[in-house]
Parts: sequence; structure tokens; C-alpha cells
Amino acid sequence: MLMDELRGIYYILMKDLKAYYFKPPNISWGILFPLVLALAFSLRNPEGLIELAPGLVAMAAVFGTTSMEAIVITFERRTGALERLLLAPLSTHSILFAKVLGGAMFGGMISMAMTALAVIFFKMRVTNPLLFSITLCLTLLTLSALGALVAVSVKEVFEAQTLSNYFRFPMIFLSGVFIPVQSIPLPLRFVSYLLPLTYSVDALKGVTLHQTSIGWLMLDTAVLTLFFFGFMYASNAMLKRSLK
Amino acid sequence: MEKVIAARNLTKEYDGLLAVDHVSFEVNRGEVFGFLGPNGAGKTSTIRMLVGLTEPSEGSALVAGYDIRKEIVEVKRRVGVVTETSNLYDELTAGENLLFASQLYNVPRNERPTRIKELLERFHLTDRRDTKFGKLSRGLKRRVVIAAALVHRPEIIFMDEPTTGLDVVSARSLRKYIEELQKEGTTVFLTTHYIEEADQLADRIALIVKGNIVTVDTPERIKDKVKGTPIVEAILSREPNKLMIKNLGELGSVDLDERRISITTGNVMVALESLIHLAKQEGLEVQHIQTQRPSLEDAFVELTGISAESMMSEKSRGRR
Repeated sequence: MLMDELRGIYYILMKDLKAYYFKPPNISWGILFPLVLALAFSLRNPEGLIELAPGLVAMAAVFGTTSMEAIVITFERRTGALERLLLAPLSTHSILFAKVLGGAMFGGMISMAMTALAVIFFKMRVTNPLLFSITLCLTLLTLSALGALVAVSVKEVFEAQTLSNYFRFPMIFLSGVFIPVQSIPLPLRFVSYLLPLTYSVDALKGVTLHQTSIGWLMLDTAVLTLFFFGFMYASNAMLKRSLK
Repeated sequence: MEKVIAARNLTKEYDGLLAVDHVSFEVNRGEVFGFLGPNGAGKTSTIRMLVGLTEPSEGSALVAGYDIRKEIVEVKRRVGVVTETSNLYDELTAGENLLFASQLYNVPRNERPTRIKELLERFHLTDRRDTKFGKLSRGLKRRVVIAAALVHRPEIIFMDEPTTGLDVVSARSLRKYIEELQKEGTTVFLTTHYIEEADQLADRIALIVKGNIVTVDTPERIKDKVKGTPIVEAILSREPNKLMIKNLGELGSVDLDERRISITTGNVMVALESLIHLAKQEGLEVQHIQTQRPSLEDAFVELTGISAESMMSEKSRGRR
């Protein structure tokens, strides 16, 4: 049974990558987006780029995971193609997880491109590649699960984009990407702690700039894991509700 | 007869509106079971419950021996579904769509190429194997969808309005495929609002209106249920006399319109023989004689109270 579910996840993922993600326009966007982002910041503020680099990697993860995934899920809902997956002998958890993996892989491609640019041009140092990979993977999965939650909550592609922006932009400004969380006014700081990206940025800073202790790093990964399962649970509940 | 579907008090309510109202029916293995009713009658909601696309509000059903409430994944392994819309992946080719379906339904890896080739040949799609699904015509898309539903050799295939929106030629070839499926022993659960389609294809038909099943029977028995039964109609050389009409009246109700005589009777053969015999006795020539049976449409109208015109307007809406 478990093998059947894993096989199903793999085939849905492969289909999504082929049919949607790895299309030439998406790949070019995936390369251009971090390039433009890096260039814009290096022109505006050539000093202190190394401080900004982990945040830019996290930002690339936010846009990379949520943008395409929300379109894929809502598009498939509209055309009835998602129904085809729901007819297959698979649990809704597996179908959603396959969708989340697709978003995470696409986001991963963009984040890795951003990481490469940050290492080459901003001199960012990935001191512990294993911890960096774990942190980035958790970030990608969590943000992708958030994207899935947004996508299953709406009916239209444009609604998914609009709703995503309600999460994306506050996260960019309140999660320590540009301004350290400690510098954010107190009431807003509470909001920061409710956002998964805060823990991603903190963890990424920890494994690149050594600004986070190992204890905090562990706490960050634990919180991100909780967010991931929370978003997955909520997405599944929303999807199941639509079947009632 | 082995039952492959047994629905008990199946009910579906959407925001207080009863789409399917405590319906119960059984489907035998190997038969084509028609679910006939106008749009909005509850046909699609019933199918969606049986295949796990929506949960019943009340009641339950066994499909292929498994409970749709508790063992839906097992049900899904054993059924194929042709939904009302052709919902495969536009970005994938016909062949890739079939491959993906075979992967989802866990068709053994070494069997996949043969099975896909077999289905492409059967549905005359071999030359469209590498065409993107989105580029295919409506009729061809329908064929690919049916092929995808059959890829794992399901015990039961559910077809929701399979010919709606198709041109005459495509609809006819699709009906031929359904007949072939039945010959191979696959149980077909077919919803349609085309009366003649149900009459032609179904072994048994359930008439459903406003979420309620009015009757479940063979098309012939449904036709027999309507009052009037068969009519023997003849045109004589001149108007028959009262005695002849009285004698014929013992066989059923007689209508006379000058030389045209109609006998509504339960026994067609006796009525035919008597009419010819009495006409000969009276020295009348039988210029024309025919028998008429009530059509399924007549039966549908009488049993459901829905006019044939409204079904026709459903039909033209569906064709658009």
C-alpha cells in the first residue's frame, strides 16, 4: 500500500515537472528572477550584500515555490484534471504531497540559482552544506505547502495569485529578509513570529553568516517542520471539504 | 446474477438542496446499466458518489464488493471513469496521457507498452499517439479519455454523458465501443439524457427525476408499463359497420376515423388475425396495416411527467 502511494507521488511529480514546471519559459524565468534580484540589490547597495544574501535566497524560495504551484493546482481544478488524480487509487495526502514536491523542486531550482549567485558575487559562504541543504529543503517544502493551501482554498488562478500576495509581501518585509526581526516594532514583531519565513531566514543566516546558534537552528527547523505539517493538514482538510 | 453495484439509500445534499434522494438500485455484472434523466436529475451526483469524487450525505453503496465509505481506494482500483468533460492533460500527448494513466493505476511496467498500443489501435488513435491532447478534436479527445479509463482493465466503467457534444459520427462510433465493452464482459454504468441512446445500449434503465428513481427495468418492460400498450392500425377500403367495431372492441379499445381503425390491445397477434378475418367476412379490403408500440420516450413521458419537448431541449443544449 505504502509503495503504491509512493509510486503515485513519483508519477504525479514527474508528470507535473514535464507538463508545467520544466517548460522553457518557466526555466528562463527561474534563472532571470534571481539574476535580476541580485543585480538590483547589488546596484542599490553594494555594501552589506553578504548580510542580505541569505534573505535573498529565502525570497527566491518564496516566489519560486508559490508562484507556479498555485497556478498548477488552480488550473488543474478548473480544467477538471485534478479530478482525474482524485479518481486514481491514491489518498488525497499523496496527491497533495506530489503537488507540494513539484512546487518545492521548482522553488529549489530558483533558490539554488540565487545561492550560486550569492556565493559567486556576494561572497556568501555556505559553511555547513548539509545543514544548509536541510534548512533550504524544509523552507521549500513549508512554503510549497503554504502555496498548496492557498491554491486549494480558491477556485480561480487570479484568486490564488492575489491570496498568495497577502502572504508573500508581509513575509518579505516582516521575516528578516531586509530588516532584522529585532529591529521591527514590537506589535509587528509578534506577526513576524507567526510567519514561517522568519524561521527560514534565521536558519539560513545561521548556516551562512553564523548569526544563529545551533540551538536556535534546531528550534528553527522544528518550527518549520511544524508549519509544514500544519499546512499539509489544512490543505488536505480543504481539499476533502471540497469533495463533500 | 452477481451484483457489482448495490446502492442503498444513497443521498446527496448540496447546501440544503437534495440532488439525490435516498436512491437504491443494483447493477448486475456484465450489463450496461443506463441512468436516464434530464439535466439536474442527479445522475452525475450519483456517479460522483460511487467513484469517490464526493461523499454521500446519507446511505452507502458497495462497488465491486467494496464499501464506498470505508474502502474507496479499493473501489478506485477496480473502476474506470469517463467524466462528462474530457479532462486529460493538454500538455501531454495522447500516448503520454495513456502512459500516465497506466502508471497511476499501477499497470505492471512490462505490460504498459503493449496495453497502450492495444488501446491506441482499438480506438483508432495510433496515428495520433504523439499529438498533444489539447490539439485533438472533441471526438478524438473522448476516445483518448475512454482509452485512459480502460488502461487498467477495470471491472466496471462509469460513463457520464459520454456522447454529449459529439457529432453524429463520433457518437455512433462511441456507442459501438460501448457495445464492444459489454461483449467483453465489462459492466458499463452509463448516464445519459438521450432516450434513444439508453434504449439502444442499456440492458436495464433507471429513470431518475429530481433525485428520485422512478423505475428500474429493461427498456422493453418499461415500454410495457405505459398504458395503451401496442396499437394495431389499419386502413380499410370503406368504413366498417358497428357490429365489426363491437367485435373488435372485445380485444381492446377501438378508435375509428372514417376508414382508419386503431385497436389498442394487449395481444397484437390475436387483434391482427381478428381484424383481417372480420374485414374479409364483411367484404372489406385491408389496404394498409401496421402495429405500433409505445416508444421509450412515450414511457419516459408517462412515468416521469416530463415532456418529450423538454427532453429535446435538454438534448439540443447538450449538443452545443
